[in-house]
Amino acid sequence: MEVTLQHYLAVGAMLFTIGVFGIFVNRKNVIIILMSVELILLAVNINFVAFSAYLNDISGQIMAMFILTVAAAEAAVGLAILVTFFRNRGDIAVDDANVMKG
Amino acid sequence: MLQGIAFYLLSAVAVASGLLVVTARNPVHSVLWLILAFFSSAGLFVLLGAEFLAMLLVVVYVGAVAVLFLFVVMMLDVDFVRLREGYANYLPLAAIVAGILLAEMIMISIVVVQGGAAADATDPAVAGADTSNVEAIGRVLYTDYVYIFQASGLVLLIAMIGAIILTLRKKPSVRRQDPADQTNRDRQTSVEIKGVVTGVGVTGEELR
Amino acid sequence: MSLELLVTLGVFAPLLGAAIAGFFGRRIGNIPSQAITTGLLFFSCLVSWTVFGQWTWGHLEPFTVTLAPFINVGDFQSDWAIRIDALSAVMLVVVTTVSSLVHLYSWGYMAEDDSKPRFFAYLSLFTFAMLTLVTAADFMQLFFGWEGVGLASYLLIGFWFKKPTASAAAIKAFVVNRVGDFGFALGIITVFWMFGTIQFAELFPLIAAQKGQGWEFLGYTWSALDLAGVLLFIGAMGKSAQFFLHTWLPDAMEGPTPVSALIHAATMVTAGVYMVCLLSPIYEYAPTASLLIAITGAVTALFAATVGLMQNDIKRVIAYSTCSQLGYMFFAAGVGVYESAMFHLFTHAFFKALLFLGAGSVIHGMHHEQDMRKMGGLWKLLPVTYAVMMIGTIAITGLGIPEIGGFAGFYSKDSIIESAYAAATTGHSAAGYFAFVVGLFAAALTSYYSWRLIFMTFHNKPAWKEDEHAHAHAHDDHASSARLETHGEPLPDDDHAHDEHAHGHHGPLKPHESPWVMLVPLILLSIGAVAAGFVFAPHFIGYYETGFWRGAIFNSPENHVLHDSHEVPKWVKWSPLIVTLLGAGIAAYYYVLREGLAKRMAAKQGPLWSFLYNKWYFDEIYDFVFVKGARALGDLFWKIGDVKIIDGLGPNGAAWASLKSAARLSKIQSGYVYHYAFVMLLGVAGLLAFAIYAWGA
Repeated sequence: MEVTLQHYLAVGAMLFTIGVFGIFVNRKNVIIILMSVELILLAVNINFVAFSAYLNDISGQIMAMFILTVAAAEAAVGLAILVTFFRNRGDIAVDDANVMKG
Repeated sequence: MLQGIAFYLLSAVAVASGLLVVTARNPVHSVLWLILAFFSSAGLFVLLGAEFLAMLLVVVYVGAVAVLFLFVVMMLDVDFVRLREGYANYLPLAAIVAGILLAEMIMISIVVVQGGAAADATDPAVAGADTSNVEAIGRVLYTDYVYIFQASGLVLLIAMIGAIILTLRKKPSVRRQDPADQTNRDRQTSVEIKGVVTGVGVTGEELR
Repeated sequence: MSLELLVTLGVFAPLLGAAIAGFFGRRIGNIPSQAITTGLLFFSCLVSWTVFGQWTWGHLEPFTVTLAPFINVGDFQSDWAIRIDALSAVMLVVVTTVSSLVHLYSWGYMAEDDSKPRFFAYLSLFTFAMLTLVTAADFMQLFFGWEGVGLASYLLIGFWFKKPTASAAAIKAFVVNRVGDFGFALGIITVFWMFGTIQFAELFPLIAAQKGQGWEFLGYTWSALDLAGVLLFIGAMGKSAQFFLHTWLPDAMEGPTPVSALIHAATMVTAGVYMVCLLSPIYEYAPTASLLIAITGAVTALFAATVGLMQNDIKRVIAYSTCSQLGYMFFAAGVGVYESAMFHLFTHAFFKALLFLGAGSVIHGMHHEQDMRKMGGLWKLLPVTYAVMMIGTIAITGLGIPEIGGFAGFYSKDSIIESAYAAATTGHSAAGYFAFVVGLFAAALTSYYSWRLIFMTFHNKPAWKEDEHAHAHAHDDHASSARLETHGEPLPDDDHAHDEHAHGHHGPLKPHESPWVMLVPLILLSIGAVAAGFVFAPHFIGYYETGFWRGAIFNSPENHVLHDSHEVPKWVKWSPLIVTLLGAGIAAYYYVLREGLAKRMAAKQGPLWSFLYNKWYFDEIYDFVFVKGARALGDLFWKIGDVKIIDGLGPNGAAWASLKSAARLSKIQSGYVYHYAFVMLLGVAGLLAFAIYAWGA
């Protein structure tokens, strides 16, 4: 059958949901959390590119590029923070990191 | 038809590997599944006619980000078994919320597509069959979106600086150069005139 | 020296004495303060007798001296004034005579007290307030005087303020008076509302016109004059210790005996009677109010007499006797014979003051012992006191032979009883028969308790001789100004209570006669007790009656009760004498012939005895209903209304609510990032749901 825009959007939605699900399920393992974030960004990218293709507008792909850039930067900094966190605590379990408790 | 099969195959792989990313026990496996998800998405991009973006995805995401993840995973000495504790506690609630979110998003997408500008889109067509994706991107990137382009460059720079600052450690055993010290060296501290007796040598041992 | 100036000086002389003794007493010393106050009071007494003499035997016309404006607000005009007419002339004489004699008496009685200037200042202050009351030309000055005597009464009852019972009694007197004053103020307001003026001269002519005016309340039409009359009478009830508002009078005996003689016998408590007689124009046209007065007076007379039968404190017996006699005066006013009421007031002032001062002499002689059970056999040791007390008792019991003569009380009391009968038979007052019967019965009781007092105090076996050991160690205590006059109410065995005096007497108790400075007033008063009756009866209630009163007391055209009272049948005229002798006989039986019988009967403490001894349990009932009730109400308003509701909803509640909610809300800041992320996700889901709704899926 024909692959329409909705299909791509559905794929994007599913990946997004998986990413969100991953964040909540993996509370302790911060690496998995970061990877879930990457999944979310990937889903957004798919959305953008799908719209760009079906609307014949290149700016969607430009957005996707920039999202890519930012995702890379954010992954780098996130991992650097993780490393520092690990160095301070010896463990990457973040579910009892509640020093900022209100 | 081929397109349909390709789409379904690629999207199924992407979704499945995404699921496996979050549910795998071994984080190295998670990273590998992530890489597979990226690859599948790149395939989807190619189907959409954005081949440059697909290659970007492979190069940047897989080649840099995923590898970075892999480095970190292998570097950290963590007990990953203990980290999986409590996994099942949150599963039901997260699944419900995620399910609701998914349903909503699909509904919205249907609404948007039906009511929006893409209502009568049929084919994923590239903007102009004679221009490649790279050329199409290039035409707008340095003209209409130049500010964002520069800004993203800045973002990368800052990220790099930030990452270095966060993780840089000064180990005492590492020998470094300090150019300022080197150029500010003065003669008194660096040169010592030793009167060398002929036939004796610097150390005073008999020359052989 | 015009009479106006004289009268003004006479009214203000006690105030001057009070100011000097009060402010400078400590500086000028005891004797000068006493001398100045007593001297100024004798001056006032002289002025009063001059005025009274000119009024009775001269041809003085009523006049009013206006001194200064007081309140001047629209229709409400009031001036400081001195009104001289028959009523005020009578009262001037009563007040100043008794007051000056009491001042003189106090030289002796209060000789060992430390605060003599204060005492004399208070006495003079009281006299001044009473004089302003009786010479008032409008309601405001009357009220001023009313409150002033209440204040002076408080100060004097609580004179020995270091004694807690005295302070409590003073407060009780003031508070119960206040209840009456509340009614009084409402009465003044009613009068002002009805007539638009509070000055007597303007007011009285207007009353007849408003006779039947009614006002709507709760669907009924009430008589406005009756309302005013009843409210004003409530004030009189408080001041004159009538039934329901009588509870303060027995406790007022905590004050020194001269105070009791002056205030609670002769003058302050009679202010109520004076007011009712002064306002006779109102009461003549307010039949319901008059009926109420008559019934209340009769009930009081009976009640007080029954309670007085059982008391053991000599002062309390006389206090209840006062209460009872005031009841007589009120029911006389209630049946329409205001003249008889005033006459009884006049004579009663003499013999009651005499009885009180005589009792004071006994107390003084017994070294401040007040319990009659500890007295006895004193007639040989205190002969003058004994003689004057006999005279006073004969006067109060109204011993006399009809148509011939008798002592003072005979004339006035018999006039009241005959008038009650006359009012009953002519149908003038619906309470006539009740008042008559009660009056007779109370006369019997009066005779009984008065003679009982005499027998127990002066005759019988001396009970004080067995108490010798109690005084073996009486110590000098000059510095103590907290004199303990014992109560005489069931004392367990408090013989040491009267040790604190500065007598310097060691050894056994030896009652002695009082000094001359105390005996002279007694003798003077006894002259009055004997003679006031037959000298003044024709003027007050007899032949010269209209010529004497000359409009000061108003009688409506239907009121000829006084006239009828002279025409009553013979048995009515003889009945008071018969019941009096009956009462005296019974008293003699119990206390002289069969001595000790009464003591045994009292010791049994049967129900009737308890009921009467405990004053019909009024104090207990009032304490339960009003004191506990007010306290409970206050607690309710305080703990529940103020603390729980107002504070709970207001400041405290708001603070507590914000603290609690902040405590709960702060838990949202758990510090866990995944909590925050979850919240964000929920927000996203919510927004999407809204988007679906808004874009119409």
